[in-house]
Amino acid sequence: MNKIRKIGTGVAVAAVAATALTYSSVASFAWEPNKPIEFVIMAGKGGGADKMARLMQSVVEKHKMSAMPLLPVNKPGGSGAEALVHLNGKKGADANHTIMVTLNSFYTTPLRQPALGVDPLSFAPIARMAEDTFLLWVHKDSGIKDVDGFVKAAKAKGNDWIMAGTGKASEDNLLTDFLNSAYGLSMKYVPYKGGGAVAKQLAGQHANSTVNNPSEQEGFYAAGDTVPIAAFTDERMAMFPDAPTFKELGKDFEYYMQRSVVGAPKMSAEALAYYQGLFKNVFDSDEWQAYRKKKSLRGDLISGDAMKVYWQTNNEIHRQMLIKMGAIKG
Amino acid sequence: MRRAELVTALLMAALSIYLMVKSAELPIGWVPDEGPGGGSFPFWLSAAMLLSCLWILYNWYRRTSPPSQSDEPFMDSYAARSFALAGGGVTAMIALVHVVGMYGAVPLFLIFYIRFLGRHSWTTTVSIAVGATVGAFFFFDVALRIVLPKGYLEPLFIPLYSIFL
Amino acid sequence: MEILGLLGNGFLVAFEPLNLGLIIFGVTVGLFIGAMPGLGSVNGVAILLPMTFLVPPASAMIFLAAIYYGAMYGGAISSIMLGIPGASTAVATTFDGRPLALQGKADTALVVAATASFIGGTVSILLFTGFAPALAHIALDFGDPEIFALMLLAFATFVGLSGDDIPKTIFSICIGLVFSAVGLDIMSGEPRLVFMNITGFMHGINFLVLAIGVYGIGEMLWTIEVTRGETQMSKATISLRRIVGHFGEMMRIWKSWTLGSFLGFFVGILPAAGATPGSLMAYGVAKMTAKNPRDFGKGEPAGVAAPEAANNAASTGSMLPMLTLGIPGSPTTAILLGGMVIWGLVPGPRLFIDETVFVWSLIASLYAANLFAFLINVAFVPVFLWMLKMPFTILAPTIFVLSLIGGYAPTQDMHDVWLMLIFGVGAYMLRKLDYPLAPAVLAIVLGPIAEPKMRQSLLISGGDFSVFFTRPIAGPITIIAIILILLPVFQLIRRKIKESRQAG
Repeated sequence: MNKIRKIGTGVAVAAVAATALTYSSVASFAWEPNKPIEFVIMAGKGGGADKMARLMQSVVEKHKMSAMPLLPVNKPGGSGAEALVHLNGKKGADANHTIMVTLNSFYTTPLRQPALGVDPLSFAPIARMAEDTFLLWVHKDSGIKDVDGFVKAAKAKGNDWIMAGTGKASEDNLLTDFLNSAYGLSMKYVPYKGGGAVAKQLAGQHANSTVNNPSEQEGFYAAGDTVPIAAFTDERMAMFPDAPTFKELGKDFEYYMQRSVVGAPKMSAEALAYYQGLFKNVFDSDEWQAYRKKKSLRGDLISGDAMKVYWQTNNEIHRQMLIKMGAIKG
Repeated sequence: MRRAELVTALLMAALSIYLMVKSAELPIGWVPDEGPGGGSFPFWLSAAMLLSCLWILYNWYRRTSPPSQSDEPFMDSYAARSFALAGGGVTAMIALVHVVGMYGAVPLFLIFYIRFLGRHSWTTTVSIAVGATVGAFFFFDVALRIVLPKGYLEPLFIPLYSIFL
Repeated sequence: MEILGLLGNGFLVAFEPLNLGLIIFGVTVGLFIGAMPGLGSVNGVAILLPMTFLVPPASAMIFLAAIYYGAMYGGAISSIMLGIPGASTAVATTFDGRPLALQGKADTALVVAATASFIGGTVSILLFTGFAPALAHIALDFGDPEIFALMLLAFATFVGLSGDDIPKTIFSICIGLVFSAVGLDIMSGEPRLVFMNITGFMHGINFLVLAIGVYGIGEMLWTIEVTRGETQMSKATISLRRIVGHFGEMMRIWKSWTLGSFLGFFVGILPAAGATPGSLMAYGVAKMTAKNPRDFGKGEPAGVAAPEAANNAASTGSMLPMLTLGIPGSPTTAILLGGMVIWGLVPGPRLFIDETVFVWSLIASLYAANLFAFLINVAFVPVFLWMLKMPFTILAPTIFVLSLIGGYAPTQDMHDVWLMLIFGVGAYMLRKLDYPLAPAVLAIVLGPIAEPKMRQSLLISGGDFSVFFTRPIAGPITIIAIILILLPVFQLIRRKIKESRQAG
């Protein structure tokens, strides 16, 4: 095997030398990818994170922002545990060619599964591209118009009130727990496989309420099947002007889903700088800005040290929420 | 055959027990107001596997299933030889993917099989081996953008990437 | 009338250049795969599914359905010419097809097989078009308990209707379901059955890993052993005049293919039955009802027409429960179902509403695939005969390589490739001992639907099992399923009583 490696390296050196001669004119950055970039998605196909990742990939492709293509690979296993472990193990050139789209399971999964040995704060901070919002949704046939009506109806039904969400101890579960404790409800939380499945449960009236992202409910909202009655944001959203925020209603609570791109922990500083530049270009593109507006995403681009501070704050928030929920010990 | 039936049933029974133990890491009982716990679905199904293994063993004992009546060997010498060569070849190919990547292992396996097991001419062998490898590169790496593993041959592909991707 | 409009739109999509090209290509590939001894539609669809990621889901599905269709036609070719069924679905075709070929009438058998396939396919698609919307309409009211009841029914038919060894069938279903539970328990959010803490198990066991292991690697190892590298091909003389002459023969045996078409369709609809039992039953019934039952097995064209009409009719029929209810009617449709899940299409009641264009273009493509399969089959018989001479020592390594790459592509993880090898070798060993493996493949596809549905139902009902019995749709389905599961037990008891009576 040693011999094979040596021959391989020898051939490689020759090949690299030959390429360097032919393609030296392309090199304008300090570091450039020289093989396809693995673009890990920490969630399954068809979800919000997946759609967003594929949009970013198509923007990079369309404007030829990178010499090498981004190759999306879904690794939803273990609520993202598999993806985190995968990036954690990347070394050398591989570490410089592996990036990942991440969400809030970036905090919750390592907190809930300490055995993985993954520290989210050690990942390379490339860019926070946006924050997704959450709203409280009900079916239009329920006749519920506002939070007061919702609380009344949910109280009357006790634990027969079904709140559908995506997985146990997920964002939806955290929000359900908040509603239960803030309004003294005892809604029953039923986990489904993804945001899309959850939205369908509500549209088919198999569930009484959900806390979907706007992008997950937009089809049913447009068709008039479902209505948002309140937003978990700091101010009202342009798309849903009739849905007040919980802050307006006197509950000091807001919650967002991060939509970020991170690199493998062992990524070199030069490579990190390259990807930070790349995703700044993606962020500034017309397509991305149009998407942000259409899906009512919020949050500016942050990267580098600012992003690390953002992670620290949010990691702590999630730790507290999970402790309160009883999912982890303090 | 009769002995193989017994050994397999015992092995599968052992596998069932392992799966039951492994499933029991999560609650296998009834969670009040929620229904079965997280481990119950695989646990009780593994238990059903174990029961069907016992049923198979009972049939073996009573000689009611065809394999338990047969005196033929499980694998005669031809079967054993072809299994060792084909199965061993595939295993070696998969192992080689870790070393020389898909594009090293695939042609080596094709040459081994077509030339040394099939005794076809070198012309046939090489044209299929090379054709399949080049075809796979263009279909997967270039068209589908599914980059197959390269192992230690990766540096060789870097110039190809910059041309085709 | 609404159906005709929807179907018309479907045809517009199916005849887009990409889709039409894929239909023709898929049918040709299917004919080839079906014609190869040891390879059938299920192998072709399992191994080629990962290759379809290049095209949009609807086109991918059209392509795979065309393969399915083509393979049904192709299976007859090796049954007749080599005497080895190209796939289990063509076993019944060997009974009379092979004797005909040995009498030097291979061309009669081939043309009768192709024509009967075409008729069977066409009748079945017409029935399909009529039944599908009605079934989909009822299916709209389906919630979690109803879907779970249907899953139960699918497994029950496997145990109740299969003639296989019962404990081994149960074992196969259970191991498939247990493997489907690997990964994450979505209800509690806990990792589950992560063997030896290997991270590769966290994403669960992909159904394709098991399917390619069983139908790619396992099947090849099996075929290598069974054929022992020796095959004997019959001679066939084909000319246009003789082909035209055979259509007269078809008129004579109209009863056999009419019967085969209808029987095939209805057997195909039954969950988990599929084309193999359909074609065997059609052969049996055709023989029973014929005026000359003694000629069957000695080269009677009606004995080729009945099973061939039936297996094509059944392959279409088995797509009906897959599309409308989300339960597959055969192992091949189980894999198609898994593919749809990968593409983000949710099979089942809502598919006809949410994905109207997809559904109707698929149905339209079946009409087109049926026609092209017939034309290509008749026109290229000599080419297929030539390809049948392809040595197994070239075909086998090609299939192994396709399996390797096909096992890697969906998740891009070598862990899955190793797992596939283990499943392949295990499948080969178990198959030698008469363990049926199709139930395991079906179970690993249905498991991830069945388990959460059961637990979501119970969570909503507060742990009350009566939800599966008291709801108007779920109740009867559950009860039928339980009766079917217990059917073998009843039979056993009846036999025991009979035996004791005789003894007494």
